[in-house]
Amino acid sequence: MKDGGRPARNAVCPLWRRWLVVGALGGMAAAALVQVARLQVVGGHERDYRFLQRQGEARTVRHEEIPASRGVITDRRGEPLAVSTPVLSLVADPKYLWPAAAEFSRLAEELKMTPEALAQQLRDGDAEALIGRSRRWAERQTAALALPEEPRRRALGKLRGEARAVAAFAALARALGEPAAALAERLGRYRDKRFVYLARHLPPERAEAALAAEAPGVSALREFRRFYPAGEVAAQLVGYTDIDGRGQEGIERAFDASLAGSPGVKAVLKDRTGRTVRELALIRAERPGRDLALSIDLRLQYLAYRELKAAVARHRAAGGSVVVLDAHTGEVLAMVNQPSFNPNDRDHLRLAGLRNRALTDLVEPGSTVKPLTMAAALEAGVVTPSTQIDTNPGYLWVAGKTFRDHSNYGVLDLRGILQKSSQVGTTRIALEMEPERIRGLFARFGLGSPPGTGFPGESAGRLPDRRRWRTLEHVTLAFGYGIAASPLQLAQAYAVLANEGVRRPVSLLKREVAPAGKRVLDADVARTVRDLLCAVTEPGGTGTRAAIPGYRVAGKTGTSHKVGPNGYEAHRYVGLFAGMVPAEHPRLVTVVVIDDPRGKEYFGGAVAAPVFARVNAEALRLLGVPPGEGGRWVVAGAARAGGEGRS
Amino acid sequence: MQRRAEYVRALKPPGAGLYRARRRRGLVVDLPLLALLAIACAAGLLVLLSASGHEWGYVRRQAVFMALGFAAMLAVAQVEVRTLRRFAPLVYVAGLVLLALVPWFGVEAKGARRWLDLGPLRFQPAELLKIANPLVVAAFLAARPLPPRWWEVLAAAGLLAVPAVLVGLQPDLGTAILIFAAGFFALFLAGLEKRYLAAAGLLALAAAPLFWFYLLHDYQRTRILTLLDPQRDKLGAGWNIIQSTTAIGSGGWFGKGWQRGTQSQLDFLPESHTDFIVAVLAEEFGLVGVLALIALYLLLVLRGLAIALGARSTFARLLAGSLALTFFVYVFVNLGMVAGILPVVGVPLPFFSYGGTALLTLFVGFGILMAVAGERKES
Repeated sequence: MKDGGRPARNAVCPLWRRWLVVGALGGMAAAALVQVARLQVVGGHERDYRFLQRQGEARTVRHEEIPASRGVITDRRGEPLAVSTPVLSLVADPKYLWPAAAEFSRLAEELKMTPEALAQQLRDGDAEALIGRSRRWAERQTAALALPEEPRRRALGKLRGEARAVAAFAALARALGEPAAALAERLGRYRDKRFVYLARHLPPERAEAALAAEAPGVSALREFRRFYPAGEVAAQLVGYTDIDGRGQEGIERAFDASLAGSPGVKAVLKDRTGRTVRELALIRAERPGRDLALSIDLRLQYLAYRELKAAVARHRAAGGSVVVLDAHTGEVLAMVNQPSFNPNDRDHLRLAGLRNRALTDLVEPGSTVKPLTMAAALEAGVVTPSTQIDTNPGYLWVAGKTFRDHSNYGVLDLRGILQKSSQVGTTRIALEMEPERIRGLFARFGLGSPPGTGFPGESAGRLPDRRRWRTLEHVTLAFGYGIAASPLQLAQAYAVLANEGVRRPVSLLKREVAPAGKRVLDADVARTVRDLLCAVTEPGGTGTRAAIPGYRVAGKTGTSHKVGPNGYEAHRYVGLFAGMVPAEHPRLVTVVVIDDPRGKEYFGGAVAAPVFARVNAEALRLLGVPPGEGGRWVVAGAARAGGEGRS
Repeated sequence: MQRRAEYVRALKPPGAGLYRARRRRGLVVDLPLLALLAIACAAGLLVLLSASGHEWGYVRRQAVFMALGFAAMLAVAQVEVRTLRRFAPLVYVAGLVLLALVPWFGVEAKGARRWLDLGPLRFQPAELLKIANPLVVAAFLAARPLPPRWWEVLAAAGLLAVPAVLVGLQPDLGTAILIFAAGFFALFLAGLEKRYLAAAGLLALAAAPLFWFYLLHDYQRTRILTLLDPQRDKLGAGWNIIQSTTAIGSGGWFGKGWQRGTQSQLDFLPESHTDFIVAVLAEEFGLVGVLALIALYLLLVLRGLAIALGARSTFARLLAGSLALTFFVYVFVNLGMVAGILPVVGVPLPFFSYGGTALLTLFVGFGILMAVAGERKES
């Protein structure tokens, strides 16, 4: 060794060198460990584990809404009127789906194929074949093949993935039944967004088929679709929801809060493309909406609808309504309107069909308020049922206007006036009273104030309130001109007569117990008026076509002129019939309104009364009201009718 | 005459004289190392399965490479140390030539030319240098009296600088520094004097600004800036590091359990099965898992150093020592990068990251350690 003076080999690795090595090793290990520990378990600094765990969760854990099923709406017997069925809505994240769609369009252009033809060819979804067909892709493939093993595998995988995505896009479009070009165009409009509905409310099997295409960024949302089994029969009453399940019309809207329930929340784990990987925890359970039982009886509803629709068609009327009330409880047993609409087919909605006319539209009740005027007169004591009124010569001149009867009926008692609907007789009786008496009774019977059903758009009607009544106003009030009421209000007023003078609030919801009513008329007067009204449907009356064999029917016809832009229209009418059955102990109060009949007949007795008879005859049978009920009354009433005569 | 005989032997095809010793000694294998490596490989496959999103394809390929690696390791272990020494210059020159070929014949990937296409086989010549560098420096220094004199230090540094510059030009600064470090350990273990160490340190400090302004690429500067403040470019350069620290931090003490790591399983963590795989381990096995991992690596290194200390020749000692230290530096650089204390450089985590060439290099390194260990007992 030429450098013999140097230290021997053993000294080559002195202690400090060993310690340096050990120290460096330990230092590095400790540094790595300290940093990892700082990230994982040491709290208190800015980016500690709590922060990082939150960050991690913020990226992966999402709070997702659990839709609450909407309450079922049923009729009083539990028949469904509105039910929710689970459906799936397909949604997409354009960030992931748009590239596939764009590539699809580009491919169609490059290959000079129509999108339809390309979609057709992509049916088999063969990614390899697809790559071969596009020059740009083939070039990319060639470039990828030149790479070393691992990058090549990755590049080829990416290429195949893109090809698969394009094929999947075409398959998705096909499953959705939408032209691929249209779908691509639609996605293009939302390409900067992260959420778009592809199709809403698909039946589960169709949604599954679309999901099976495995197009990138496509997932399904659980939603509910509202279905209305009764269709057009209860359309306006039940109303409908919009596509997001919010009540838009009718009961659906009026009771939206209680029907809707409240959605729950769950924590789910999502991957970077937004697919749910796992459900983690239930944060809050959803509270399903409360079911709602309506007061209507679907059987009566069907019945009323069928008869109304037939009558409206027969008389070529513009529309019509039927309201059937339970005389005792004030519950609405049927409420139907024409025209109507099919709430299950929202694409062909006609505006005219949407209104629940029975509640929202006003008609002049015309002669149907005459029994109320009579009640006021009886109450005031200005007449008795047997008071003879001279209606000669069949017309009467009051304050510059002539009121005519159909013909000269001569001397009539109250029964006769109602039976013939005599204008002259009614006018004479009305003039015996202060107008406030009549108006007061009308108001007590609910005319001019909202019925309080809570239904959206419910009308209060119109009942003029004047400090000084001119004679003409006084008289027309008595036979229902110059006032306006909804069919429901009219039914409510008749229900007072039916219910021995007690007024109960009407209800669209089923009642377990009838609410305490308020007496607004002496029971005897109510009974008397009912009795008098039976004459209308008996031979010689204006409403004979409302008669039901085996039952006594108390009711009144009405025919009023429609009000147009220039006041009353000469040849356009509203035909009405309001009545109750059985007259002795009424179970049902019914109002029929036929709006603007264009046929030969237009009188309430001709167009509305038959509907009343058919609906009630069937309804009494369905409700099991025996013809024999109050048989004694029939006999007694007949005897009295015979005794008092109609001479 | 003797030199001529040696020359003739060197001309014989490799393998002719290689295994003479084996017949004398039986199979050379270091059982502690073998056991530790087996544990590392098993753990690596387990984590890889989770990190790749339960893709058996990756695991299968990795397992095949591990089997090949074990075979290569055992083969290398049978080679006599002096044979290794004789072949050192050859390996080094071959590595340099291949490296020099890369700019012309290399394949480009991700903006860097690192791979060489040799027909059915592709590999990174830089991997070869990880072994060749300590080999040649150890051979160079061991032939001379120690500690090395100044010109010897300079010569060794020159030997290391050439491949480092070539790799740095690819560009792959991380690997360049690492292969330089691999040879430097040999130099250090050879008894580099304090003053040289201090001078080297000062030189490095002085060169740092030069480096920063003239030699670093923009993306490399970005990586270093990103290390200091990952939030400055959240979705760009900072993304990897933010995701990896988030994944690690989500692990807590005991982790979320195997295959239950959300960040890694749900595609949020980039390169989760290659360079950033330790984040998967940290998220799924927590601090306890990381501790176990570091302990495993420390045991491997300590075993390596023990072999170095017991080595019979200076060459063997320098070689074994620097291989062991290099191994740990690789581990540390990877851990530091994923945990956010070192800039992002493409260094895989030994036995865990997916990738074939790096695995083979590792096993060859451990094969050399075993070869050294095999001769120790004979003395």
